[in-house]
Amino acid sequence: MMTQATSSQFWLTRPFGERATQTFLGVLFAALLLVTVLHLAVPQGHPLHVNAYTVNLFGKYLSYALLAVAVDLVWGYLGILSLGHGAFFAIGGYAMGMYLMRQIGERGTYGHPVLPDFMVFLNWESLPWYWHGFDMAWFAFAMVLLAPGLLALVFGFLAFRSRVTGVYLSIITQALTFALMLAFFRNEMGFGGNNGLTDFRELLGFNLRSDATRLGLFIATGVALALGYILCRAIVTSKLGRVCVATRDAEARTRFIGYRVERFQLFVFVVSAMLAGLAGALYVPQVGIINPSEFSPLFSIEIVLWVALGGRATLYGAVIGAILVNYAKTIFTGIMPDAWLFALGALFVLVTVLLPKGVAGLLSHLKRRKEDDHLPKEAAV
Amino acid sequence: MTTLQRKTHPRTLSRFATALIAAAVMGASAQAVAQEDDPIKVGILHSLSGTMAISESTLKDTVEMLIEQQNEAGGLLGRQLEAVVVDPASNWPLFAERARELLAQEEVDVIFGNWTSVSRKAVLPVVEELNGLLFYPVQYEGEESSENVFYTGAAPNQQAIPAVEYLINEVGIERFALIGTDYVYPRTTNRILEAFLKDEHGVAEEDIMVNYTPFGHSDWQNIVSEIRRFGEEGKPTAVISTINGDANVPFYRELANQGIDAADIPVIAFSVGEQELSGIDTAPLVGHLAAWNYFMSVDTDANYDFIDAWIEHTGDEEAVTNDPMEAHYIGFNMWAEAVRKAGTTDVDAVKDAIIGVTVPNLSGGYAAMMPNHHITKPVLIGEVQDNGQFDIVWQTPSTVAGDAWSDYLPGSRDLIADWRKPMECGNFNVVNGSCGGSTAAEEAEAALAE
Amino acid sequence: MRRFLSLGLLCLVLLSTAMTAQAQSDPSTPDDQAALALLSALDVNSYRDKGEAITAILQSDDERARDWLQALLDGRLQRADDGRFVLVLDNRGRDWPVADALTKESLGDMSRRDLDRIGINNALRNQLRSAIAVVDLYSPNVERRRSSADRLLGEVDGELAETLEPVIAEAEDDHVRMRLTQAVAIYRAEQGEMAGVEALTGSLHPRARVALGRAANSDDPIVADAAAAALAGIEQQLKINRGLETLYFGLSLGSVLVLAAIGLAITFGVMGVINMAHGELMMLGAYTTWMMQQLLPGQPGLALILSIPAGFMVAALVGIAIERGVIQFLKGRPLETLLATFGISLILQQLVRTVISPLNRTVVTPEWMSGSLVINDALSLTLNRMYVLGFALVVFAGLMLIMRRTRLGLEVRAVTQNRAMARSMGIRATRVDIMTFALGSGVAGLAGVALSQLTNVGPNLGQNYIIDSFMVVVFGGVGNLWGTLVAGLSLGIINQVLEPWAGAVLAKIIVLVFIILFIQKRPRGLFPQKGRAAEG
Repeated sequence: MMTQATSSQFWLTRPFGERATQTFLGVLFAALLLVTVLHLAVPQGHPLHVNAYTVNLFGKYLSYALLAVAVDLVWGYLGILSLGHGAFFAIGGYAMGMYLMRQIGERGTYGHPVLPDFMVFLNWESLPWYWHGFDMAWFAFAMVLLAPGLLALVFGFLAFRSRVTGVYLSIITQALTFALMLAFFRNEMGFGGNNGLTDFRELLGFNLRSDATRLGLFIATGVALALGYILCRAIVTSKLGRVCVATRDAEARTRFIGYRVERFQLFVFVVSAMLAGLAGALYVPQVGIINPSEFSPLFSIEIVLWVALGGRATLYGAVIGAILVNYAKTIFTGIMPDAWLFALGALFVLVTVLLPKGVAGLLSHLKRRKEDDHLPKEAAV
Repeated sequence: MTTLQRKTHPRTLSRFATALIAAAVMGASAQAVAQEDDPIKVGILHSLSGTMAISESTLKDTVEMLIEQQNEAGGLLGRQLEAVVVDPASNWPLFAERARELLAQEEVDVIFGNWTSVSRKAVLPVVEELNGLLFYPVQYEGEESSENVFYTGAAPNQQAIPAVEYLINEVGIERFALIGTDYVYPRTTNRILEAFLKDEHGVAEEDIMVNYTPFGHSDWQNIVSEIRRFGEEGKPTAVISTINGDANVPFYRELANQGIDAADIPVIAFSVGEQELSGIDTAPLVGHLAAWNYFMSVDTDANYDFIDAWIEHTGDEEAVTNDPMEAHYIGFNMWAEAVRKAGTTDVDAVKDAIIGVTVPNLSGGYAAMMPNHHITKPVLIGEVQDNGQFDIVWQTPSTVAGDAWSDYLPGSRDLIADWRKPMECGNFNVVNGSCGGSTAAEEAEAALAE
Repeated sequence: MRRFLSLGLLCLVLLSTAMTAQAQSDPSTPDDQAALALLSALDVNSYRDKGEAITAILQSDDERARDWLQALLDGRLQRADDGRFVLVLDNRGRDWPVADALTKESLGDMSRRDLDRIGINNALRNQLRSAIAVVDLYSPNVERRRSSADRLLGEVDGELAETLEPVIAEAEDDHVRMRLTQAVAIYRAEQGEMAGVEALTGSLHPRARVALGRAANSDDPIVADAAAAALAGIEQQLKINRGLETLYFGLSLGSVLVLAAIGLAITFGVMGVINMAHGELMMLGAYTTWMMQQLLPGQPGLALILSIPAGFMVAALVGIAIERGVIQFLKGRPLETLLATFGISLILQQLVRTVISPLNRTVVTPEWMSGSLVINDALSLTLNRMYVLGFALVVFAGLMLIMRRTRLGLEVRAVTQNRAMARSMGIRATRVDIMTFALGSGVAGLAGVALSQLTNVGPNLGQNYIIDSFMVVVFGGVGNLWGTLVAGLSLGIINQVLEPWAGAVLAKIIVLVFIILFIQKRPRGLFPQKGRAAEG
């Protein structure tokens, strides 16, 4: 289905792209700075004051944005529509959650020094083997990247080797996250079942229930987003990235030219999964809970929708989409709880039909019109 | 709060900003003066969309109705009440976010909300951090007592244990199939029941069958046929169901179709109420049981008034009432009474005032708030009728006080909760006299040392 | 308890013979005072006293006794505030029509507030059923005699066994005779009598098994051995039956999967449209069933049958709207149809929540679909699922016919294989698209009608099936209806075979992992599409 050759894709990554990166990073840091200043320097009660609740909310949006960037990397540049990226996000989140659970220590309800509350509760005698090591920050943080990376490696190795493509790949990524959701719902798995992991206290010694920590997490998430963005940008503008785009647009041709397509696919897929895991790890301490519903296939579809809304294959579009949709969600569920699904649903329909290149496409279209630049051909999507 | 902030604004701001702030502060103090006439804000944290909307949206309506009634009766402390409704959309992280919004942004005085245990667990740290009040209206697994949460639904000893005693003593059941959805409430309840059946009634291991299914399980053929075989061994058998929500309809249908009659193998459910039955053709289910603290069929005038008000509020002649609605009714009245007693809506004052508050329930008795933030409730056993209602066949002679920590779980046997001064502790260990349940810690240390 | 029951039964046997003899000749009007006293004795709190009151009613020779007991069993015998006993004729809503229990005169509507029901519990319900069963053993109605005989299995004791011997001898109906013989044999086997054990050999009824189990522990070694041998034979039989049962369960689950997936196989496989709103189209079909039952109260069966075309039409029309409104703009971008239709699914779900209700709706199972088809005492097949299984096969056959034998099918296949070529041959591809999508959607509506008989009818109905449906289509091979059928049925059977030993959750996980691995092995499913269309 993606047979239109589009060397013209590169207008996105080169001339406009580099400036877009700079603009994006500039806007991101300005936003971080602004929120920080408005939160710290403007007194409460002032209309310009940004309270801790809002900072926290923004932090959550930024972690979603990082997740969206990860999805855009594989979908936008590799043509793999992953309907299972929620799984990598959730696994990263669980790794962080396990660390945070171990940090509770004796302050849990039952005061058990080692076992988290839910294990005492269900009469577990000792810690399952896979919980060991998570009391050490370095190990847990490594797992945040390695666990989703490993899963992506195994899954991707099998899938790309046997050339599962297109819809089939999408559906089995969905099967993957669905199976994991069912598995994590099982209490025997030792991840707290439906209740998941919650009641976190400290991260690296910082009290998670203080506003300062929240601000710190917000900034950390912003920085992680910037770094993740730069990494993705580096990948897509390198030669590797061009092979990826070539694979996306004409896999067979790329293969015939002599590239081992599956290796490129595998590499980018694993990087993307790790970024998703990182996003999950930043998300969990900010929302205070991780439970199997993050594995839900519907959530994974929603992530793809953020990217579509923002504009596929632009990276910054993914960020815009993630923030826009989630902000809209916050607003709509507040002011018209009965109707927000209508609004969300309509948004998805309208964007796919009327704005196939998303908000980013609209932006660059406006920009091009302003610059009166030569019009590139429609990119195949 | 505003006075403190006024002094701490940094000097480095420009004159313009200072002017802005001055204006804002004046506005704020004007607001402080006006507060006497401001409405009291009541937060409602129930899912209106997503999978839990089916259960929770009626609870939102219930609280709105109670607020209306209170306002018609002149409000509270001479002030009107105002509902602040948000939609956590059946999404657990969103519950935490919405709770934070209600407390930090809207500054509500009290929250009525949550249905699932996981949503309560998600909200708990937020409510504790921001010192809010949360009234939780659903029967749950216990093993919790927070300073800021009031549990108006049943703890296991107010539902599960009396129900099983009824089965053993009144029906003569000797074999038990514990069938539940795989989440913490059924897991804990079944563990408590297993321990209870074995320790107190000497039920043998092979006479207990335990089975867990995922949420929304719809294919019950195998499990029902297993239950049928389990019940064919010649001993009176009952099913104790902690199946949640949507999975119930296919379960009961399969029971009926495989010919399992209530008279052969009765099913006693802890999560099936009038509302769940309103989605089922109950004719084949007559005689199956449910254990609750309230049924719509309770024969008291207070209940009939409540039902009439509810039907009028919803404008639906067929509208049903259920146990969590009564829990909100009790919780709301308790909170109002505590506010009246304290003379303020201040959280700490209300928290102190509410312990010991007694209000009428809908089944002709009274509910009292205990020091462990659970309430006293009667336990009723009802049999399903063909009109979707329950016929009450048994009830405890007096009300039962909710027990936050089960006596049948090794980890919590020695724990109690008492939020009165001087103890003020949610998990006080009576053996070593410390707050925080440290025996478990010591035992574990000993175990590790081995 | 059993002794007490049997005494009551014995009285009843005598009484009812007397009653049937007397009833026609002398329709005497018994003293209403006495009748009132009998009923008043029921209006007590203790269930033990109620049980005695029931026995008293049985022993009275009042001919209204059976009606009262039946009403009591149904919870329709109630006492009004003025002390009269009434029979509630319809107990839905807040005001109920009632009739006087003594005179059967209608008393108009009464409010719930003014009525106190006479409650019974399961123990009394058992007592009542047994009592009614014994009365019915002499009923002129053969159905009543049969169910009465079924009821008596395991309920027989010494005295009743004696009473039953002449009944068996005189029984005209084979089923009644067989059941009563078994009932007596169960009693005899439990007593350790060889005759009982012999009579029960080969019987699959659970009560017979329990009785043999007791006989196997008998002091008499000959009886014990015989019982053990009989049991072993029965166990062997049971194993076979259990296997058949599991197969049936698997086919039944598989048929649900096929129904849910087959519409998707058309829109997804043939048109390349990934319709995430497919589940919601099923939901609409289910709601149509509910709506039809609301429109035709009291005739659930007819409503269900009419729902089949209605559900198809509703879903097909919505499908056409979706195709015209959204999908036609997304030609050649299959993954984006996924996103847009996901939005539609959200809208449809919320629409149902807002317009109808977030609560589940009651869809009644018609009489002829409830219960099971009894093959033998150990194997009975649930009727509703059997109908769904048959329905799935009919729908599948219908679709195959349309695809293979009609002009539309020909055009669809042509457009699928080569759209440009088909168009140049004069096929109006747009019209074919609309028809195909309408067909796929309509079939989803049919699936919804069927599902309304198995599961919840609520806004989330669709969500629960959409992922499974995709798995089935992909596993079977996109664009191949046979593939969908085979995939659906085999996944259903695999799931049900795994479930008893792995548990429901693990079984499902194993199936999913199996699908993932299978796709690695055969990236295009069980029956891959061949030729140009496969290049897609």
